[in-house]
Amino acid sequence: MGKFKLITKGLVKENPTFVLLLGMCPTLATTTSAINGMGMGLATLFVLVLSNMAISATAPYIPDKVRIPAYIVIIAAFVTVLQFIMQAYTPAMYETLGLFIPLIVVNCIVLGRAEAYANKNSVIDSACDGLGIGLGFTMSLTILGLVREILGSGSVFGFKFIAGDGILAFVLAPGAFLALAYLIVIFRKVTKMD
Amino acid sequence: MVLCLGVICLVSSAVLAGVYALTKEPIEAAAAAKTNNAITQVVPEFDGEPELASIEADGQTYEYYVVRKGGEVAGYAITAAATGFGGPVSVMVGVTADGIVYNTSVLSQSETPGLGAKCTEPAFADQFRNLDPAQTKLAVTKDGGDIDAITASTITSRAYVNAVNNALAVYKAITDGTAPDAASGASEAAEECQSQETK
Repeated sequence: MGKFKLITKGLVKENPTFVLLLGMCPTLATTTSAINGMGMGLATLFVLVLSNMAISATAPYIPDKVRIPAYIVIIAAFVTVLQFIMQAYTPAMYETLGLFIPLIVVNCIVLGRAEAYANKNSVIDSACDGLGIGLGFTMSLTILGLVREILGSGSVFGFKFIAGDGILAFVLAPGAFLALAYLIVIFRKVTKMD
Repeated sequence: MVLCLGVICLVSSAVLAGVYALTKEPIEAAAAAKTNNAITQVVPEFDGEPELASIEADGQTYEYYVVRKGGEVAGYAITAAATGFGGPVSVMVGVTADGIVYNTSVLSQSETPGLGAKCTEPAFADQFRNLDPAQTKLAVTKDGGDIDAITASTITSRAYVNAVNNALAVYKAITDGTAPDAASGASEAAEECQSQETK
């Protein structure tokens, strides 16, 4: 498979949020606004690319029996690195996403890509796969965040376009499920998967 | 098997130690900048550096900052917290030397976005600007006070008010040099809340 195809695969055909439905916890919890969704997506993208590369490079030397603990250690290390960096250089973003950053360790997408792709493929291919899936995740979370922000708070990336409140339910948990469900329907219709 | 996992853990911890050492200073600088920012917001104009001090009140140690202008104490920035809907609401309260609440600033909160999280917005928070505790009853209107609660977020509003009350109790302790009375505004308001809740 060409590198370009590897990357676009994550955007549409294997979109982690709208098609694979992986990593639902951060998806539903952090997309209260477009910027939060994007931040979470980019954080996951960062971890995904690096962990995919590291796992792909070390996989041949890791005995099968301890591969899962080994992967988790590698992923956790990258997540902690990211946490330090965010705390140091983007404190405001760290504050909103704080609780969900450590949870990237157990995000199904990251471990899923390690198991399903990175440990069988070359470092470059794994990086492309991580990039594609990560971009797909970022895109989906930004769209979901945008929809919830427009309907729930009447603003786009923090810029208000209506006075007062929107439909509050969309900022809260039920709205997350509703918006996600409709987006999945639209996504499948547009990409002609059904 | 053990060796392999051991090596991975060793390398990971070495990397983490390196990144920790590299980011330690920026993280501390970011935290200090945030505190300084909050202090400048909540107290009147001052010169020099805010001094960190601490006081024991109600068996708890509170940290606060003293700011001076021309050698005179211009005000105190006191950090106090109260339990809100989604966790503690931590507020920095600026009290001038003559006991007026100058301004407040939320340090951290995990209230519901769109509801309780609005406590950071001026519509609610500005009620605590230039507030004289002797003239205003510090409780939400529902509890017979003078503070308008955020719509549909009475619990958050109460927490905010309680945090301000706690800070005022600490201010009292600072100026009197004694611990605040057990029946100070803070605990009274808390009791009122509970009785309201049971009704």
